[in-house]
Parts: sequence; structure tokens; C-alpha cells
Amino acid sequence: MNKNFTPKIIYFMCNWCGTGGAESASAHHLYYPENVLPYRVNCTGSLSTVLILRAFIDGADGVIISGCHPGDCHYEDGNFRERKRVATIKSIIESLGLEEDRIWFRYVAHGEGKRFVDTTTEFNDYIKKIGPNPLKERSDT
Amino acid sequence: MSKLLKINKGVDEGTKALLEYLLEKDKVEGVITLKTINANQGICYSLITKPEELKDAVPLIPYMPNNEGKLLSRLTLREPLADPIAVVARPCELRAFIELVKRNQGSLKNYLFISHTCPGVYPLETNVNGSLEKKISQYWNKTKNTELIQDTRPACKSCIHFIPDNADIIVSLIGEADLDNNCNIFLSTNKGEEFAAGIEGEIGEKELESKEINLMQNKREEERKKLFEETNIETKGIEGLIEYFGKCIGCHGCSNVCPICYCNLCFFDSQPNETQPSWSESDLDRKGALRLPSGTIFYHLGRLAHISISCIGCGMCTDVCPVNIPISTIFSKVGESVQKAFDYSPGMDVEEPVPFGIYKEEEFTEIGEQ
Repeated sequence: MNKNFTPKIIYFMCNWCGTGGAESASAHHLYYPENVLPYRVNCTGSLSTVLILRAFIDGADGVIISGCHPGDCHYEDGNFRERKRVATIKSIIESLGLEEDRIWFRYVAHGEGKRFVDTTTEFNDYIKKIGPNPLKERSDT
Repeated sequence: MSKLLKINKGVDEGTKALLEYLLEKDKVEGVITLKTINANQGICYSLITKPEELKDAVPLIPYMPNNEGKLLSRLTLREPLADPIAVVARPCELRAFIELVKRNQGSLKNYLFISHTCPGVYPLETNVNGSLEKKISQYWNKTKNTELIQDTRPACKSCIHFIPDNADIIVSLIGEADLDNNCNIFLSTNKGEEFAAGIEGEIGEKELESKEINLMQNKREEERKKLFEETNIETKGIEGLIEYFGKCIGCHGCSNVCPICYCNLCFFDSQPNETQPSWSESDLDRKGALRLPSGTIFYHLGRLAHISISCIGCGMCTDVCPVNIPISTIFSKVGESVQKAFDYSPGMDVEEPVPFGIYKEEEFTEIGEQ
């Protein structure tokens, strides 16, 4: 484990629960790692597979996607749509011999500020442990 | 048991006789089949309505200039056919068409599918360098003896879905020892029987799955395993990706010929994906060098994400690749594992929805818990 390695983590959160979780965290003055970059999307169901792949190609070390808990999605099944896409990407990445655990999918509800902070910290520690994304330094991709 | 129609002609002549019969008796309005143009210089699919135009038809020639599934979908994109049309297609082309129909890109209505147990096709280059004609006699000899034909497309050699499950009429080729003089045609659906009723020939009953078919299945499965082991992409990781796709010149030919890539404007050709100068700058700061055109791995991974669930393994992509990347082998391999994860087999049943159309609470629950 490289002590100097600060991972770049993209956190895709939905406009409703995911972002609400981050707001709750700020209301409670909780801190999350600064290298986690939050990106708001309207619903995780609107997040295309290629955008997740692009994050990796363009230098992210890990991607978390967080939406509403099952049954809470504001568009009925957006979180299930994204879950299926994440399953596809994981399956593709795994069969190509790459690390599928650089993508996490987690439900964070509006009031769950603590869970948001826990998720980011846990993921940050995990990525620090497995090291940088080998694709990001490659000039021949 | 299926109905078997025996015609006392060679398979090529027998299939043509069937097409002629359908056209002459006005059972179908037209026939789509392969046809030679310009004195054998070109082979292409044609929609034929006059029986005399069938003289240049070569329905069983081992050559696939396009995946016909894509052509059939274009014909019925706006509305279904008004009159019946008979289509001679290979099993993978039928599967491609069914995948497209599931995605609302065509309609099965009024198509009569004539297919065959497929021994495979030769790469496109064989028609360019003139070796196709010389190969045809050995092609039929090996088909008679249920042998693998080593110089067909790698995707064909390793294809395990060579029986057309969705065809109405199936011409039996693999393992037919007497195919020069006898044409065995299975009428596997009622529709097929209706259309072929009245044609000259003996009617009997026979099982399509013979021991020759099983033998071929085993040989193809072995070949498939061997091919995947040779490519061996899953153990090489990122190095493997760069080794195979590093040669890519970015022509996007593979997506243009792919029957499943049906978008009019591909995401990778669209405006959001146009590289901005500022992107290169930030990439260069980090990497110190940049491959141009960039985004090769992104393109292939993105295409995998879009189509691997429906990849029917026709091998068009490998065939058109100017730098010989074994795309279809990699896509088949990845496709197989994605399809397994979703418990889905593409192009088999038109009633089975594509997994990306239905979303249930109880599926893939393990992913949210991570």
C-alpha cells in the first residue's frame, strides 16, 4: 500500500436520495474524504454505461454510484435500471480480466448522512488498498 | 419429428427449385437471397420478384457480404411487410433479425424463413482474391463428411448455434452424404408446410438432430474452447486489451457491419464524444503522451457494454477489420459471460424480452449490498 497515493474517486449521486444523503451529512457537520468528487445526475437510471467506463478511461481510480433504496426511486425503477447496468459492466470487466471491484453501487437515502460518509470513507480506504487504476497512466489507450 | 421433403436434385438446385416454386405459384411476392452480379465478380443479397431473375441466385454459397438480419430489419423498420417474402438466411442472420425485432427494429410478419444447418462461410477476402470459387468443392466435401472447415471464419468454426431454431423451412446440409443428388428439406413449422405444399418431391418424417449434427456440435465446442484459450484475454488484463485493440485504426467498421449496433448515430460518432483540445491537455499532463486517435479502448469497451448481451457471434466484425483484430472472438467470449449472468440467449425466442427492458426489485440484489 502506497502511503502517498491519493485516489481520484467519482461519486455519482442521484438528485433525490443520493444528494439528500450528502446534504444530511453537511447538516450534521460530518466530513468525507476530499478526493471523492461528487457528481449529481438526475436519476442513477439516467447514467449510461459508457459514462462509467469513461470515468475510468479518463483517470478515475474508482466509481461509486448511489441512488435511492429499492422502492424509493422517484422514477419507479431508475435504481434497478442502473443496478442492471452495473451488473453488465462488472461482468464485462471481469471477463476481460480487469478489476470489477472498482465500481460500487450503494443505496443512500435522503436522511442517511452517516451512511454517505461511511460509504465514501470505506471505498476510499478500499481503493487505497488496491492501488491506482492501471489504465489512467497508460498513453496507449 | 418434423416433416421432411425430399427433392431429387442437388442441394443448390433443390433450394432454387423451392424458391422458383414459391415465386411461380405466387405463394410469395418476392425472395431475398444471395445472387451473383457482374459475372461472378460480386455476390450480394437481392430482393427478387421475377422467377427468371433467380437464374443467378446462389442461395447456399458460403459467403456473407452483409449480415442479412440488418437488411431484413431495414425493410420492415417503418411497417410490416404487406405480402409474404421468402428469405434465405443463415442461422446467425436469423438470430440477429430476431434480436432486432425484440428491439422494435423490424417485424417478423409475412417473412418466410428458409435456412439450413450451417457449415460456415469463408471470409470476405476470399471473394476479393478469387480463392472462393476454388474452395467451394472442398467445402461441400467436408460438409458431407461432417468435418470442420478450417479456413472458414473463426466465428463460424467455433459457432455452436448452427441449427436455425426459428426457421420455417430448414435445408439439411451437415452430414448429408448425398447432397449432390438429394436435397432434404425439413418443414419445421406449419407455415413452412403450407408454403411448400404441392411442390414436387417425396414427403416423409425424420428427426433433424442426427448423430452427424451431434458430432459437429462436439467438434465446434472443442474448436470454440481452443479459440478462447488462444486469445486468452481474461488472464492478460489491461495488457491483453492493449495488445489486441492497440492496432485499432478507429474506422468503426466493426460497428457499421454489426447487426446489433442499430443506432442511426453511434454514441462514439456523436457530438458529446468529439474530443475537445482541453481534454488532450489534461490527459497529457498526467500521461506525457497520448495515442491518436484516442479512446480506442473506450470505444471497444463501450461497444461491449452496448451489445454484448445480444451478440449473436456472426463474425462480421472480425471479417471487416482491416488490421485483423479478433474482435468477434473477444466479443463472443465476453458476450457468453454477460449472457450467462443474465440467463439470456440472444435471438432464440422472440417472446423472451431483452434483459434491458424489464427491471425487477428482486434481481441482482447482491450488487446494492457492496
